[in-house]
Amino acid sequence: MTTAIANHLIIAPIVLPLLVGAALLLMDDRRRPLKALLSVSSTAALLVISMFLVWRADGMTALSHTVSYPLGNWPAPFGIVLVLDRLSAMMVLLTSVLGLAGLVFSLARWHRAGPHFHTLFLFQLMGLNGAFLTGDLFNLFVFFEILLAASYGLVLHGMGVVRVKAGLHYIVVNLAASSLFLIGVSLIYGVSGTLNMADLALRIPTLAESDRMFLEAGAAILGVAFLVKAGMWPLSFWLPTAYAAASAPAAAVFAIMTKVGVYVLLRLSLLLFGNGAAESAHFGTQVLLYGGMATIAFGAVGVLATQTMSRLAGYSVLVSSGTLLAAIGVGNATATSGALFYLVNSTLAIGGFFLLIELVERGRDPGADVLAVTMAAYGYTDEDDVAEEVEVGERIPTVVAFLGGSFIAFALLLAGLPPLSGFIAKFALLTAIMDPAGIGTGGPQYVVTWVLVALLILSGLSAMLAMTRIGIQTFWSPIDGVVPGVRGVEIAAVAFLLLLCVALTVRAGTVFDFMESTAASLHAPTDYINSVLQGRAGAAGQGGATP
Amino acid sequence: MEIIIAVAIGVLTGSGLWLLLRPRTFQVIIGLSLLSYATNLFIFGMGRLRGNAPPILKPGTAGDISQLADPVPQALVLTAIVIGFAMTALFLVVLLASRGLTGTDHVDGRESDR
Repeated sequence: MTTAIANHLIIAPIVLPLLVGAALLLMDDRRRPLKALLSVSSTAALLVISMFLVWRADGMTALSHTVSYPLGNWPAPFGIVLVLDRLSAMMVLLTSVLGLAGLVFSLARWHRAGPHFHTLFLFQLMGLNGAFLTGDLFNLFVFFEILLAASYGLVLHGMGVVRVKAGLHYIVVNLAASSLFLIGVSLIYGVSGTLNMADLALRIPTLAESDRMFLEAGAAILGVAFLVKAGMWPLSFWLPTAYAAASAPAAAVFAIMTKVGVYVLLRLSLLLFGNGAAESAHFGTQVLLYGGMATIAFGAVGVLATQTMSRLAGYSVLVSSGTLLAAIGVGNATATSGALFYLVNSTLAIGGFFLLIELVERGRDPGADVLAVTMAAYGYTDEDDVAEEVEVGERIPTVVAFLGGSFIAFALLLAGLPPLSGFIAKFALLTAIMDPAGIGTGGPQYVVTWVLVALLILSGLSAMLAMTRIGIQTFWSPIDGVVPGVRGVEIAAVAFLLLLCVALTVRAGTVFDFMESTAASLHAPTDYINSVLQGRAGAAGQGGATP
Repeated sequence: MEIIIAVAIGVLTGSGLWLLLRPRTFQVIIGLSLLSYATNLFIFGMGRLRGNAPPILKPGTAGDISQLADPVPQALVLTAIVIGFAMTALFLVVLLASRGLTGTDHVDGRESDR
């Protein structure tokens, strides 16, 4: 009985936000306290459930760390399955952590800025959880559309000309990418006759030589759709504008949206094009490696060039995506475990940073940034200010002290400096890239590795420079020292994410053990395949409507 | 039949892409619609084109796979049509909001000054 309930909990991260979100839709918008209570409590429940799922995926005594959940009890290659393994459980946990922080943050004021905020927010969480849990390519498309539809609403939340303009571009780019997604999926179905990821992994090595080209074309088109989501360099120009325009709680959840693209690429490239994929093995890893490096470079330059904090955060998203893509492109298990740690760390940091930005900018004149830069460029110094000497030993208001302290912490996290977890993540990545056979052998791979190492370090440097500059402008030389009005729940949300990063630092050993076993099972996906197909591995290739 | 479908997909994709890159929001939405039609036809084509073949079994018969059409792409097309329709409607709302807020139907919210 208890195991049955435990099994059904796999679908809870999808069903719970769906039901609560739909119920909230029927409620009048004026009953806001009740709506807020319901959505916060369901997100908190989601957090507890996802913690249980992580515990379950990691701590199972059985040989298998993967549980598959056939929807409607149809057997695997024919019906749609949800698959819980360490990676998906971890991503679901990350989603609910960010979701809870964003939602609590929004209670102070943002949830009043437009209609149906809670419904959109919960549907967004549902789409994210579904995309992480599903084991079926077309089902993945459906969940992508759900999360995108909700995100279109969230980008526009609060309205205003800037949001509508950014939202328009965001929607067009993603709709076009969805077409590519469909073309890729149908091309793959056309040659392999299956949409189930595990089944597909079994069929790819047995494909005829003439079909292989179609399969690889399909996978490439599908990959482009995910790379648009992940924000790889030539496909990412929409991203900083849209993220900067979105309201703070929405932007915090968007921090994990690019990671959905990264997650799918990681999952599919290792499952479908791992070592077992015959001639198709390691298909596309070069594109991920070089594309990721270009993204890091573009993001780092963008970080330096921006003059507002929200765009700075948008470009940090690109740097983090690029780092992850390049790490997937490196393609060994050590790099993957480092990348997973980096993923968790950077998602929490960027999500928290988006929340913090809104608090900091609340107290500022919108033109102040441009003015400060212009003054610096023309060599103005505030000589008048020196004359009217400020009272020595003036007390910093507590709010400003908190905001400044958190800003420093996020700067350390994003730049990857010790003592916080950003450093551990970057150090693990650098070790993984430099350590294995890659370095010391000479040849083109040798050069690429060193360039990647240099890019990683330089991107940290550029983040540090940009954050220092913007921090000095904001906290040390305010044009008028207005203390932003900040509510307790907002501070709590930011502090929650920061404390998690600190916990990630303190318990880095435990987390790394988890990441290493995750990476190991990703690189050897037989457990995943067997668990989904329930021992049908031998029968694969015969069942189904193979054309 | 294959050549007609292929040409139709090609023409739809070509016109859709051209319209997608135009500066007016209305052209963009028509372009997106044409692209999604092309995509739907493409998905349908991936189930292999076959006339006079039902996608379901007759009750009480074992069925012969050579006499049946593949039902999966047809189901996928239905889903894709519904989702595409919903997204077009949603985009239409944003388009109207943008027109109302910026006073122009240019995708950037202001006329480009050449």
